[in-house]
Amino acid sequence: MSGSALPLEIVDLRTTLFTRRGEMKAVDGLSLTVGAGETVALVGESGCGKSLSALSIMRLLPDPPARIVGGQVKLNGRDIVPLPEETMLGIRGKEIGMIFQDPISSLNPVTTVEKQIVEVLMTHTELGRGQARVRAHELLELVGMPDAARRLDAYPHQLSGGMCQRVVIAMAIACSPSVLIADEPTTALDVTVQAQVLALLKKLQADAGMAMIFITHDLGVVAETADRVVVMYAGRKVEEASVDELFENPLHPYTVGLIGATPTPGAERAERLADIPGMVPPLNALPQGCAFAPRCTRVMDRCLTEKPALTVPGPGRLVACFAAERG
Amino acid sequence: MQRFEFVARFARNRGALVGACLILFVALMAVFASVFFPTDPLRIVGLPELWPGEDPEFPLGTDSLGRDILSMIVHGARATLLIGLFASAVATIIGVGVGATAGYFGGWVDEIAMRVAELFQTIPNLIFVLTIVVILGSTLTNIVIAIGIVSWTPIARMTRAEFLSLRDREFVQACRSMGMSDLRIIVSEILPNALPPVIVLSSLVVAGAILFESAVSFLGLGDPNVASWGRLVGDGRQLIRSSWYICAIPGIAIMITVLCLNLVGDGLNDALNPKLRDR
Amino acid sequence: MSLLSLRDVRVQFNTAGGVVRAVNGVSLDLAVGETLGLVGESGCGKSTLGKAIMKLVPVAGGEILVEGVDIAPLNREQLTDMRRKVQMIFQDPYGSLNPRSTVGRSVAQPMVLAGWKPEATAERVETLLRWVGLPSDAKQRYPHEFSGGQRQRIGIARALALSPKLIICDEPVSALDVSVRAQVINLLEDLKSQFGVSYLFISHDLSVVEHIADRVAVMYLGMLFEVGGRDQIWKSPQHPYTRALLAAAPIANPKLARARQRTVLQGELPSPLNPPPGCPFNSRCPMAQDRCRVEKPVLRPVGNGAQAACHFV
Repeated sequence: MSGSALPLEIVDLRTTLFTRRGEMKAVDGLSLTVGAGETVALVGESGCGKSLSALSIMRLLPDPPARIVGGQVKLNGRDIVPLPEETMLGIRGKEIGMIFQDPISSLNPVTTVEKQIVEVLMTHTELGRGQARVRAHELLELVGMPDAARRLDAYPHQLSGGMCQRVVIAMAIACSPSVLIADEPTTALDVTVQAQVLALLKKLQADAGMAMIFITHDLGVVAETADRVVVMYAGRKVEEASVDELFENPLHPYTVGLIGATPTPGAERAERLADIPGMVPPLNALPQGCAFAPRCTRVMDRCLTEKPALTVPGPGRLVACFAAERG
Repeated sequence: MQRFEFVARFARNRGALVGACLILFVALMAVFASVFFPTDPLRIVGLPELWPGEDPEFPLGTDSLGRDILSMIVHGARATLLIGLFASAVATIIGVGVGATAGYFGGWVDEIAMRVAELFQTIPNLIFVLTIVVILGSTLTNIVIAIGIVSWTPIARMTRAEFLSLRDREFVQACRSMGMSDLRIIVSEILPNALPPVIVLSSLVVAGAILFESAVSFLGLGDPNVASWGRLVGDGRQLIRSSWYICAIPGIAIMITVLCLNLVGDGLNDALNPKLRDR
Repeated sequence: MSLLSLRDVRVQFNTAGGVVRAVNGVSLDLAVGETLGLVGESGCGKSTLGKAIMKLVPVAGGEILVEGVDIAPLNREQLTDMRRKVQMIFQDPYGSLNPRSTVGRSVAQPMVLAGWKPEATAERVETLLRWVGLPSDAKQRYPHEFSGGQRQRIGIARALALSPKLIICDEPVSALDVSVRAQVINLLEDLKSQFGVSYLFISHDLSVVEHIADRVAVMYLGMLFEVGGRDQIWKSPQHPYTRALLAAAPIANPKLARARQRTVLQGELPSPLNPPPGCPFNSRCPMAQDRCRVEKPVLRPVGNGAQAACHFV
């Protein structure tokens, strides 16, 4: 391989949960690349493995029960899966940042905002305390914190959810990481604040050319933020496409179902939402063939016995479905 | 199905399993005491102060009056366990009643109930029990009630905390929106959900009650007609320098029983605590 | 006659920080067979209003009329009758069922309280479970054996038990996954066409409300800002807050999302403990004038049967 490496390249990542009830393949062979300045949305319903994928990339899995059992996560060309925890400490927050769903609980409740940002800066950069404090102020301004100078001395509980999320974002981008992972960053926020945070993330990403993985269950948010979309179901990638192609011409029956199940204001009102019957199977009771087969409208005999592999139906597209292959 | 899971979770805790077996053994001993030892345990049957093993007829020896210690231990188990169970029942009934009312209604009801509970907590327990027993007389019933009265406060606090967190849950609101009466909501909806931690605590109160009763009896204020283990320890205390086994044997019985009750409490906690489920 | 009429309803909470006016003078009518969507951001008082109608929180002022009857002075018996007409579905499918009651017992509760005979109750439970698409053996099982969507169906079965005329749906689908959410929405719509039940549909999710509601009421800091037909609200929103809310809602269509011009509303909801004087929206409103900082606007007709509370529409 030559030339400059991609910011993030995931090859055949496998993460397994080892529980009393047996081993569950939470992430089953996920491959993914994210280019500089690109946003890839990871979409799926609860239990599809999207959050565990993010934690695997960050090497922040709760062990036990979860462990990476195979594959590579290449950050700027370097595989970080085999790295020892001490090395990861230097990478997390510096080369790769993460934003979590619940902003209030991802901040330390007994430390001021300033101290938390300064600590990140002093851990990963050469800045002295004074310089770090100046930089912390700049960062808060950058993330659009209203009245930033005064908020530096605030404790998390004195801030609203939206402001806390801005602080978390400031910490995540403090050291200009090349990759940012956002795990449902706006799910806990109100609609108007969600719009603010999404606009902020877009702007920060464009300015710094960060690669971003955006994890969400909300197709509306996907349509607003993503360049490319990866749809996951029961731990596997079932479809990948550019955001326009995915919404215009979804190939996998699950993607079709998800889009049909999401009401779209402004579009022609459907009399009835297209629902997907049944529910996501538990990971310890996956069917033998395609995991979606029991809920699928286009199920064939083959789907019940054989797991479909990813195929390339067109440039830049991937789909794992026998029915879609046939067209 | 659910019951089976409960037993499996309980049995996963080895200590609790051992404790439960020993408690069962003591309980069987208490139930069948008169089958094994049909004669009155307080009757003089042999020479006084026979050491354990000295006479095969009395494997645990005899006391200063020549009574069979083994027989007294077996019969005493009945009194001791009954006192523990009933005292715990009294404490649980008062505690759950007060705690449920305080937690469900809140406001000034809660305020008053919790102040009363604090009042009871500030009085040294043993002295309070002794005072009640001295005033009302040393009968078994009075001792049980006295121990119950000093032991209800932790149960009330636990019940109140459970009720506080449960009363705003949506299933309770659903019941209210159907027009269900408060009493019915408390008893049939919230209580079954609040009970698991209370049961754990009650099992520990049994152990505490046994210790209380032993202390009361040791000090000579126990019911003179009941030969509980505490009483046996108390009776042996004059001879503690020479024939210490007279104190030690019932003492060990108390210790093992209390220890086992605590182990069982631990096991119940594991089995009933929903946070540990599905792990 | 409206099925439900609210006249200047107020709900207050005394907190350590002072009095919170969670619902501050709401007047609203809901017609028979209508689905009225009540939207707003967290803390705007929409859930509190729903609970006030169910008498789950004390009402500090105003009138709540069900079929023209004020529910405040009703005695226990009359209230039971009112509750037969109005039922509620809750947000959290994990919290709205008693974990230690079988599903059958939970669903049977309304009939038991109404004094039905056991056989009639059992039969009704079977029917209800069938209506919401659950197998009849569900009644012997416990809530933890069911998924979120199935639990929400159980809650719907319980709400339907005594054939209510109005069901208050408090964020009934916001805890559910996308595909399951669509199932529950479709079920609610089917039940409506089958039984003619009306819904007060409380939600923060605009796209869901747009799909299900006939009319929409927009709430902000305890007061109504705009009430109107669904199409009217989406096509020509009058109140600046409604416009901002619609602009902020993500659209699951990348082309439409890019095409629309978007003004992102600045700032966040003010503390309900200390709302700004005058119009509560003046701290964030792009159109705010001096008048908005002193005078509180009232809801008034703006044409097409719609109402808005703004000095400048």
